[in-house]
Amino acid sequence: MSVYRAERSRRIRLPVALIAGATVLVLFTVLSLAIGSKNLSIGEVLNGLLAADGSRGSIIVWQLRMPRTLLAIVAGAALAVSGVLMQALTRNPLAEPGLLGVNAGAAFSVVIAISAFGATRGDEYLWFAFLGAGAAAVFVYLISIRRTQASDHARLVLAGVALTASLGACTRIITLFDATAFDSYRFWVIGSVANRGFDTVFSVLPFIAAGLVLAFVCGPSLNALALGDEQAVSLGVPVTALRILVIATITLLCGAATAAAGPIAFVGLVVPHVLRLIAGVDQRTILVLSALVGPSLMLAADVIGRLIAQPSELEVGVVTAFLGAPVLIALLLRRRPA
Amino acid sequence: MSGFGRRSLPPGYFRFRMPGGTALLVHRRSAVVAAALFLVALAVAVVEIATGDYTITPTGALNALVGGGSDLDRFIVVDQRLPRAAAALLVGAALGASGAIFQSVSRNPLGSPDIIGFTTGAATGGLTVILLVGASTATTILVGTLVGGFATAAVVIALALRRGATGDRLVLSGIAVAAMLAATNDYLVSRADIENAEVAKAWQYGSLNAISWPPLLPLAVVLAFALPAALLASRSLRVLELGDDTAAAVGLRVARTRTVALALGVCLAAIAVATAGPIGFLALAAPQLARRVARSPGVTVLASTAMGAALLVSADLLAQRLLSPFQIPVGLVTAAIGGAYLVWMLALAPASGSRSGRT
Repeated sequence: MSVYRAERSRRIRLPVALIAGATVLVLFTVLSLAIGSKNLSIGEVLNGLLAADGSRGSIIVWQLRMPRTLLAIVAGAALAVSGVLMQALTRNPLAEPGLLGVNAGAAFSVVIAISAFGATRGDEYLWFAFLGAGAAAVFVYLISIRRTQASDHARLVLAGVALTASLGACTRIITLFDATAFDSYRFWVIGSVANRGFDTVFSVLPFIAAGLVLAFVCGPSLNALALGDEQAVSLGVPVTALRILVIATITLLCGAATAAAGPIAFVGLVVPHVLRLIAGVDQRTILVLSALVGPSLMLAADVIGRLIAQPSELEVGVVTAFLGAPVLIALLLRRRPA
Repeated sequence: MSGFGRRSLPPGYFRFRMPGGTALLVHRRSAVVAAALFLVALAVAVVEIATGDYTITPTGALNALVGGGSDLDRFIVVDQRLPRAAAALLVGAALGASGAIFQSVSRNPLGSPDIIGFTTGAATGGLTVILLVGASTATTILVGTLVGGFATAAVVIALALRRGATGDRLVLSGIAVAAMLAATNDYLVSRADIENAEVAKAWQYGSLNAISWPPLLPLAVVLAFALPAALLASRSLRVLELGDDTAAAVGLRVARTRTVALALGVCLAAIAVATAGPIGFLALAAPQLARRVARSPGVTVLASTAMGAALLVSADLLAQRLLSPFQIPVGLVTAAIGGAYLVWMLALAPASGSRSGRT
């Protein structure tokens, strides 16, 4: 008990962390509404928000920036939470849906939908994204249970990269073969929240909301799972059912986020790691906080992308790759050679 | 000395005497496998030359090769199919040998130029030239490719060296850097207008579709020097695989051997990428497949070279004919098959432990 107390006192308390996370999220939301090719003041943003009266400020806020802001929030929450789930499921600190090929599975499936079935809108290829993400998630999980030694953390990432490369090559063969698919695909594949519209957001929102609820339901059991299968079983956790539930949740979250925003990597890797440093290892805390911090990271990446390449924009997927890859390198260099 | 040598030959090996008094210890099965693979590669190349959309009889193709037949026959066979088949053989051989050297030096089956970011960096360099500089002649693309590849390899190796370049660290640093560069590549392609994007996408995945005689000359010249050098170096590489301490104890100059071998490996990979674009996963898969077929205890340069040539020429045939008349860039065929092979090697193959783990 004293150890537990010491642990708690070293870390930031949950209510403080929640308030801080929510504040940061609101801050980035306002920034995301305010910053762009036409910068608005805070007052103009608030006016535009409250009075949807057709004035220029309200048009910019509601029609141009609100859809991408909402999408960044929804996709960021989905990716960050699925990163936490994936790391808990595989007991591997390097697991991440982008790195492990889940997003690539969704992308491959979506391209087949575009090319073979003529799908053009997000809600049309949503189901294909679920199918691809689910297949890839199951596959990655099967790989991870075959290898349980500590040194195999890296091996799982390699398998994911290989899966990504193989699926990516198949995806590209299709897009090269089909020029019209290539033209829409090359914008989608970078991972962007721009030009997606409210209908895209609302078509994926129910799935992501359901996924988040499922993730929070799993939270307490994930703590038990971290102790190992035998411990978890002896604590009364139905391990197999939990795994199936977690894989289904990852599929929902990643499939929906990928269908709406394209494959975006590293959000699911960076957010849980940063949160573990700040808030400790309790999966419940990490899950709740990552649903706040993931959106903040996506919004920040999107805003940075709008700022550094003016008058053009840098897609959010490019920015997250440049923010996330150094974190991966730092994580690798920090770990002692086994 | 001679009696000593005869008796101490390990089982399954023979001695290949070379002019000048030196001798190579050759793994018998590897040599047989290499010879067989070269024959397979040549046979596939002959199929590639003799068949295709333009119908020509085998005798007609042979006739065109020696200068007979109609102008069109000669154009198709000598200027279209022959350089393509030759390029597939040579690029494949270069990548196979390069992969064998990298895997041997890093003592890791994953230490290939693809994984440590060389090919992705080369693609970024080439794309930058095609899309941003706008002066996309063969020479400028070549320079961009080489600068991109070498810069990336240098960064990855520097990152990994900071705490002892163990295999996995090298590989994971390569993956992280390659992820950034891949995002950059996608960004560059999305920023271009559609014509430039079409040019870039055909090149960026590695393709032999539009190859002609001129780029083959530098490739052949480099290979003429680098391949024999790589075969000679394989003797020292086998010793180096025992570990730095052991290798030094039996009299190998470790640092010099490693530098020379890496320079050769980078050289071979660079000329291959410069000729055909970044062809993925061949340098990774060829040495491992060759090792399994030859059942040799380590990576062998000779068998890997033959395997590389055979694999690339087969992949090119597939790329040409699979969705004909559409021509798939051969790099995508190798990436799709090679990536699947790597997944299998990492995850589904039984944990052999021999060389699949870190050493």
